[in-house]
Amino acid sequence: MNLLTLDALTVRQGQCPVVDGVSLTVAAGEFVGLLGPNGAGKTSLMRGALGLLPHEGHSSLAALPPNGRAKAAAWLPQARTVAWPVSVETLVALGRTPHLDGRPGPADRAAVDRALARMGLEAYRNRDATALSGGEQARVLIARALAQETPLLMADEPIAGLDPAAQIRTMEVFARLAREGHGVMAALHDLGLAARFCTRLVMLAGGRKVADGAPEEVLTEANLRTVFGLYAHVERTANGLVVQALGVTG
Amino acid sequence: MKVLAPLAALVVLLFAGSLLIGPADLTPGQSMSALFGGGGASEAMVLVMREIRLPRALLGLLVGGSLGLSGAAMQGFLRNPLAEPGLIGVTGAAALGAVLALHTGAALAFALALPLAALAGAACAVGLILLLAGPRGSTLTLILAGIAVSALAGALTALVLNLSPNPFAATEMMFWLMGSLADRSMQHVWLAAPPILLGCAALLRLGRGLDALTLGEDAAAAMGIRPTRMRITLILGTAAAVGAATAVAGAIGFVGLVVPHLLRRAVGARPSALLPASALGGAAMVLAADIAVRLIAPARDLQLGVLTSLVGAPLFLHLIWRSRRDEA
Repeated sequence: MNLLTLDALTVRQGQCPVVDGVSLTVAAGEFVGLLGPNGAGKTSLMRGALGLLPHEGHSSLAALPPNGRAKAAAWLPQARTVAWPVSVETLVALGRTPHLDGRPGPADRAAVDRALARMGLEAYRNRDATALSGGEQARVLIARALAQETPLLMADEPIAGLDPAAQIRTMEVFARLAREGHGVMAALHDLGLAARFCTRLVMLAGGRKVADGAPEEVLTEANLRTVFGLYAHVERTANGLVVQALGVTG
Repeated sequence: MKVLAPLAALVVLLFAGSLLIGPADLTPGQSMSALFGGGGASEAMVLVMREIRLPRALLGLLVGGSLGLSGAAMQGFLRNPLAEPGLIGVTGAAALGAVLALHTGAALAFALALPLAALAGAACAVGLILLLAGPRGSTLTLILAGIAVSALAGALTALVLNLSPNPFAATEMMFWLMGSLADRSMQHVWLAAPPILLGCAALLRLGRGLDALTLGEDAAAAMGIRPTRMRITLILGTAAAVGAATAVAGAIGFVGLVVPHLLRRAVGARPSALLPASALGGAAMVLAADIAVRLIAPARDLQLGVLTSLVGAPLFLHLIWRSRRDEA
């Protein structure tokens, strides 16, 4: 079952297309990593797909009414905004916004508890969310998106700024969500973690899709050289695909 | 919840206080029987209660409530604790309308000319703001448009003062600009109540969206909130509530800025919970200040807006001091 279908999606900034005719699908059970150098159009692709940016072409999510879309896909922006010193529990409960019709009920509280447990944040429940460290705040915001309990989760660089263990734990959470039948799409810069945890990778360059497939098909030495300007060591090991950038070409 | 009940009790208490305190020496018993038409009240007492003190107390409630509520809504929407209801230029434009009514003598022609002119000023400001920052503007456009409209209204107000025919006219305008609830009638209440109540009802509906905006505009939009629709509701609601409040009471400063600050911690910083709490808090602050001007200097005609700023500014300094210590 496809949770997201894009057909020739184009997003323009002024006249210049920052996403140029990208077609792709995300199905239930997939953890799709969106790769590409800075400015490749990863964020614009996801925001266009969600209908947050004006776009041409078709996106199955953007075609939905706002509340229906909010029940179909959760969005975790790159900017980690927490405007007011609310408690962690209150912040995570904001993920229930699309489901609320009046006051939060037992189902909403249960969803918040599940999200806190998944991110290992039970002990933080009553802490002031603005007083947490950057990494803790990032985990709280991921928990907020999880509490939305949507079939699809879209995240923009969700592991940027986390310590290595927290990065791996977060990738494991996303991979487990995919195994449980959700779909996850995340823009990532860590090629090694993307290779190990994603079920599929989509590589963008200059707004166009240049590769789409299993990690070993996408993370080839040729692709890394032409798209990222890197020469890298890529090896299939007993622990899965290992990608290590070694240097910059040219 | 545990904040709203004590605040509501405080407002009831201050409302009663506002009814019972005044230069006419009436005992509480006399006051109440005159107000509710019981026996034993002279015609003068009835007049004092129903035509002087009741409208004054009702206006304190309405004006304070609308200032506190729109301050909380504005801060929540802009995610900035320094925002205040006057930010979108409505206060300044309403003041300009009132000053024009005084200058042209229209205010003498009939009693409601001044508040009606002020409402017209507020409506012009809203039109301008919607034109500049309506469906497609950003939050920053809204702030900048508000600053521009405020500056323009301020300059034109200064021009009117500058061109006033004599010092007495200028003094009258200056006093009006300071804000007061003295000598208002039930007519003022009937004029101001509908827009204030409509505006407040619109602002109270923003709670869910303001909560979602805690996570930023992008995340909120992805959760089904429509920031553009919220911005228009905020502008129209604030304009109706604050425009009408300014039209009958003048510019009363600092209430919309300080009250949400004072109550934010107590409601756990949730913008939706802050809305009703700030409405009650604003009403309490204005009612208390209006009682204070009657008690401190009954003969000197101390203006309400002067007192709220006098109390509000040090309070604000104290809050900044405290938050500075929290951060250290």
